[in-house]
Amino acid sequence: MKKEIIVIGGGASGLAAAISAKKEGRDVLLIEKEDRLGGILNQCIHNGFGLQVFKEEYTGPEYADRYINEFYKNNIEYLLDATVTDVIKIKDGFEITFSSRKTGIKKVNTNAVIMSTGCYERTRGSIIIPGDRPYGVITAGSAQRYLNIDGYMVGKNVFILGSGDIGLIMARRMHLEGANVLGVAELMPYSNGLTRNIVQCLNDFDIPLFLSHTVTQVNANKNQRLESIIIQQVDEKYNPIEGTEKNFKVDTLLLSIGLIPDITLLDNLNVEKDYKTKSVKINQSYQTNVSGLFICGNSLQVHDLVDNVSLESERAGVCASQYVLSQTTKANKNVRVVAGKNLLFVTPHYVDFSSESSKIVFQFRSKMKIEKSMLKISQDNKLVKNKRINFVVPAEMESITLNIENFDSSNDIVLDLEVL
Amino acid sequence: MTKSFICIVCPRGCRVNVDDNMNITGNQCKRGESYVLTELTAPKRIITTTARTVFKQLPRVSVKTDVPIPKELIYDIMNIINGVVVDKPMAIGEVLISNILDTGSNVILTKSCLK
Repeated sequence: MKKEIIVIGGGASGLAAAISAKKEGRDVLLIEKEDRLGGILNQCIHNGFGLQVFKEEYTGPEYADRYINEFYKNNIEYLLDATVTDVIKIKDGFEITFSSRKTGIKKVNTNAVIMSTGCYERTRGSIIIPGDRPYGVITAGSAQRYLNIDGYMVGKNVFILGSGDIGLIMARRMHLEGANVLGVAELMPYSNGLTRNIVQCLNDFDIPLFLSHTVTQVNANKNQRLESIIIQQVDEKYNPIEGTEKNFKVDTLLLSIGLIPDITLLDNLNVEKDYKTKSVKINQSYQTNVSGLFICGNSLQVHDLVDNVSLESERAGVCASQYVLSQTTKANKNVRVVAGKNLLFVTPHYVDFSSESSKIVFQFRSKMKIEKSMLKISQDNKLVKNKRINFVVPAEMESITLNIENFDSSNDIVLDLEVL
Repeated sequence: MTKSFICIVCPRGCRVNVDDNMNITGNQCKRGESYVLTELTAPKRIITTTARTVFKQLPRVSVKTDVPIPKELIYDIMNIINGVVVDKPMAIGEVLISNILDTGSNVILTKSCLK
């Protein structure tokens, strides 16, 4: 059995990629590890999704439903409860190993792979909080799943570390279900969440936000359950300031401290990494340096809006299809894309002049909040394109679309964000 | 007394102040004015939550109010929804509770429940 394209992951990204590749006429198989399609959208029961794609405000499950229906309509082959365990490069493509209760361990070959595996949450281990190691310290996304899908509360007295959007959404959610949410602490002097969520999830319910604060002590009771935490203000170097300790009696500490693209499946392939996005490098076709390996959605870069995940993955699906048709070999006319002044990162990392995709969608995040800025795209110190952008913040990804004809194929493409 | 709001119409997040004479300051565009006026006079929110079901495969199903409801009714409406159990297969968009607390808003399913 050989497929033309295998899509790994059936969330927002995988659904959109599979639909667009199938519409291009490819033979597609989607593999999903959970027992249903839709991925993390299933547990995001709040609204605010779809304004860009559907011009309507949907909840997560409603947004997923639109894509799942479209997916079924296109008769795309898929597997549920099946976990991909290995991706190996072979001649003319890849060998994918997956494991499921129904089929056992199976292998299937494919010309191209689209990685749409999403991301995972950073845990306590990645930030090293001093103190005991009790039950009751849990990531915000896990608590969201327990509450919204399985229907049980993880605690009654809750504190939240990190002001990412999931943390803010969970503050409101647990408050409305009767929990006592005592506060949210954020290490940075500004919130990482969308302003809308600060207002509607915290301010609406008088839940305090402690900026420039972090948890510095976790205390367990004798049953190894969380009993209390201590938070402290931090200085500009993020060191705790003595004398600012505040004690909270809580049974639950939710962590909303960031997401990391899940690319563990690529460990055995020689894929070039980007240490800024914590994922891999791609060209404008969403193809990595391993030919035939495509990546999109939150496994490529953590997005703030699902609409952008869908649109990006749709483009990746088309590009993967073009690859299968033309069997383009290794990309060789690569020009580097450089994240210049005030930019945290830019994708794509390369522009491939031998590729059939003439459209380049640059996506980037700024390093800081800028009121009035000018995006300058240049090659060899010559300005190719500029665009005024008002009000840029790190929490919101920006983008600009240009045609490959704007560029020459010999110089680095540099993006700078000038403060006006 | 001056009241302070953060406008959420766009990502800029202007801090908008309103004094007793309804003088609105701090907004950088007109939309901030109408946002604050609504927040002052009749703030409304859409409630999204879950309802219990009798089905093992899907113990909870997500629901929402189909139009925004007055903010002060949030807790009452949460209580009513928490007292309801979905005991038959229902489709996404179907009405679980109609015209809740006479608000003109229906509580509808945002996910299909075994249908």
